[in-house]
Amino acid sequence: MQTSEPVIFEHSRSGRGAAVQWPAAVPPCEDIPATLRRRRQPLLPEVSELEAVRHFTRLSQRNFSIDTHFYPLGSCTMKYNPKACNQYAMLPEFLARHPLAPESQGQGVLACLYELQEMLKEVTGMRGVSLTPMAGAHGEFAGVAMIRAYHRARGDLARNEIIVPEAAHGTNPATATMCGCVVREIPVDAEGDIDLAALAAVVGPNTAGIMLTNPSTLGVFERRIEEVARIVHAAGGLLYYDGANLNAILGKVRPGDMGFDVIHMNLHKTFSTPHGGGGPGAGAVGVSQRLQPFLPIPVVGREGDRFRWLTERDLPQSIGRLSTFMGNAGVLLRAYIYIRMLGREGMSRVGEFATLNANYLLARLKQAGFDAAYPERRASHEFIITLKRQARDQGVSAMDFAKRLLDHGVHAPTTYFPLLVPECLLIEPTETESKETLDGFVAAMTAVKAEAERDPERLRGAPWTLPVRRLDDVRAAKQLDLTWKPERSA
Amino acid sequence: MPFIPHTEADVREMLATIGAPDLGALFDEIPESLRIKGLAGIPPALSEMEIGRLMHDRARQDGRPLSFLGAGAYEHHIPAAVWAITTRGEFYSSYTPYQAEASQGTLQLIYEYQTMIASLTGMQVSNASLYDGGSALAEATLMAVRAHRKSHSARILMPVTVHPYYRRVAVATASNQGLNIEEIGYAPEVGATAVESLRRFEGEDITALVIQQPNFFGVLEDVDALTDWAHAQGAFVIAVVNPTSLALLKPPGEWGAKGADIVVGDGQPLGVPLSSGGPYFGFLTTRLEYVRQMPGRIVGRTVDLDGRTGYTLTLQAREQHIRRGKATSNICTNQGLLMTAATIYLSIIGPQGLERVAESAHARTQELVASLSRVPGVRVAFDTPRFHEAVLLLDRPVAPVLEALAARGIVGGLDLAEFYPELGPALLVCATETKTTADIEAYAATLSTVLPAARAA
Repeated sequence: MQTSEPVIFEHSRSGRGAAVQWPAAVPPCEDIPATLRRRRQPLLPEVSELEAVRHFTRLSQRNFSIDTHFYPLGSCTMKYNPKACNQYAMLPEFLARHPLAPESQGQGVLACLYELQEMLKEVTGMRGVSLTPMAGAHGEFAGVAMIRAYHRARGDLARNEIIVPEAAHGTNPATATMCGCVVREIPVDAEGDIDLAALAAVVGPNTAGIMLTNPSTLGVFERRIEEVARIVHAAGGLLYYDGANLNAILGKVRPGDMGFDVIHMNLHKTFSTPHGGGGPGAGAVGVSQRLQPFLPIPVVGREGDRFRWLTERDLPQSIGRLSTFMGNAGVLLRAYIYIRMLGREGMSRVGEFATLNANYLLARLKQAGFDAAYPERRASHEFIITLKRQARDQGVSAMDFAKRLLDHGVHAPTTYFPLLVPECLLIEPTETESKETLDGFVAAMTAVKAEAERDPERLRGAPWTLPVRRLDDVRAAKQLDLTWKPERSA
Repeated sequence: MPFIPHTEADVREMLATIGAPDLGALFDEIPESLRIKGLAGIPPALSEMEIGRLMHDRARQDGRPLSFLGAGAYEHHIPAAVWAITTRGEFYSSYTPYQAEASQGTLQLIYEYQTMIASLTGMQVSNASLYDGGSALAEATLMAVRAHRKSHSARILMPVTVHPYYRRVAVATASNQGLNIEEIGYAPEVGATAVESLRRFEGEDITALVIQQPNFFGVLEDVDALTDWAHAQGAFVIAVVNPTSLALLKPPGEWGAKGADIVVGDGQPLGVPLSSGGPYFGFLTTRLEYVRQMPGRIVGRTVDLDGRTGYTLTLQAREQHIRRGKATSNICTNQGLLMTAATIYLSIIGPQGLERVAESAHARTQELVASLSRVPGVRVAFDTPRFHEAVLLLDRPVAPVLEALAARGIVGGLDLAEFYPELGPALLVCATETKTTADIEAYAATLSTVLPAARAA
């Protein structure tokens, strides 16, 4: 791998360009007044097509990815993204279809989306589904907005508090704030379950709802979920399921059966649509019967054998439109293809094998001398190793450990999340990894641990073999350099 | 088992290592009453060959009509290299670049994207992209309220010449935080927002004025006068722009005396296929002084331990995973893959190519308007400068005309009846560089056939 790749602007030469891509020149458009016209060309590269292809191919080679590396990033479900999902979602007719084209020229895509809604209802046990939210956090926003709309529609205007366990994803409190709610945090006990006494003390006439991830971000199943649901419902609140960890229970347990009123699903996790270096995601939401009138629009409806968009006219109480058109429709097609390829049986094995891989890896790492954060508990699809002992004895942090793993050709697990476990690695292997890959990871972890005892400096300086070594984040934030400027290149 | 590599021997050995008798035992912490027996509602598995057949059938069903629809999503030529590279596994199947050293490709690409989009809009800083144009506008209104230290009203003036769906997304998103979004009408003879219509707000506390250029009708707004008016009132200007048009039109950073404060839009025209509405990406750029109020991810250039140039996510103290309930937004993702496609598109098409695309789209639209307005029963709504869209007025309801066109393989445009009933029967049409003279003539000829028929019906 090359140690550096200049920015694309440094390849640029005035007058160069990929002319084969340009439309024919037309006479100047004199009807647009000069006062509305651009005077100076924007800073865009002038390169040949080959130079662009080579530059971006080289950049791609400076990434870890599922296709190239084991990527046990906890809470992110980095499973294989089948190539068929991409290829068949990108058939020319699907790509060319305009979002506002008549429904008569979209029956094919609408059929896929309608069936996807139905299949997602089945796997989650919910009554209604809307596919429009474009990411997990966007689905969360839709969910909390629906909870608020539900209480308002009943004239229950005081309910503006959202309860969140302290181990929750940061998006949960951020979403509650975005929806104009107040956040009430509650603790979890030493075994990782919600503190029921604290929950009972905090619920009341102001409770809008509770946001929960189950299995929780601690990598364990919330065993008293039925009791949690009883307490919150009795107080007049609703239950929100953060679907970040749905992969753990797919085909085994359904959020609807646990008593949840609303759920978002990260289709880019559980249903294997690509992460794309940080998006696009897709955050479909599912609801119980009482929240159905509030679903974000558009939803796909069916009349006989015809499909059509349901809008404000059909759902007058909807929380409204959260995306300009129809969410990340192309991503939804990928999820549809994935579910159809897995089928009934394949779907119910996802949770099983994700859990098998996590528990196997946990058992092997414990044997290798690592400390589990919750040693007495079953792992869900992920688990936490704490490096508190290594931090104390060798002065190496979880971050040092993570960076050294990169040198072993493994993407680092999630570090420093959840915040309440010190020096933690959150590890999620997913069901698509083989036993050999997991054994290879154990070998890498073991090697890094031995090195920490022998030569901790080696960890603190890692990574050593990547295109760059550890980066100066403080400088990045203090001497902001967010865009390239021509004068600096000289 | 699709995509699960385990052999029976693997399962046995793994269970033995765990000390569990069978797979079911791994779920023994879940109350028995909650465990389900199967998923009867999911159809049986299809092989890749079978799903391929099914998807081809469904795609064929939708066909590929000749389309003159715009209205916020535009058909442009996309160089073959754009998606060939974007779908490389290293971009397609990587995560958010939290481990910077293992993500230098994505990070450098975002830095290049930020440079291009900031320059295109004439602003100083850009984030790494948002979900889409509508949600970017919603985020911009929230950002304006945070960034504007002197305004306490949270009042946003929203001309109805802004895309109707963008306006709805902004209301659905921002109203939960108490923003007041007030609609402003347009001057009916020109189809643009008149400064005179804003006079009634003078002396009041206004947080921001939104200006879309070109507006939803394709008409060019008097951006300089509107921007100067807003700044004279102490209000921010939020610009909503089409990125292709910026090769031709004055960038928002140069509007009026001081330029717009926040610029948003949908990046779809830059190499992203129409795909029934998404995935697209939203862009957001601003002045350096407001960078800490931006939502979403931002990449900065820095150095590593050896002094080598490298790239990393920066200013993360704004974001939800650090600030939790006090974050600038709950957003985590950007639309990474689409931003990747746009960066490659802009690099291949270049400044000269983008200008050609914009000029060609404009010329094709002028040709389309001239051609269609010669059809009896059709006239042009606003005789004002436009970019690549126009409103046509018909002498009868639009919906049956569009249906008749669709039956002949032409998507004729958008019926404005739902959005602007005051216009009477009105049709929004668009042509880009992808339309030939023959396409335009085919549309005009078909329209002259179906219009009288629609009258008879």
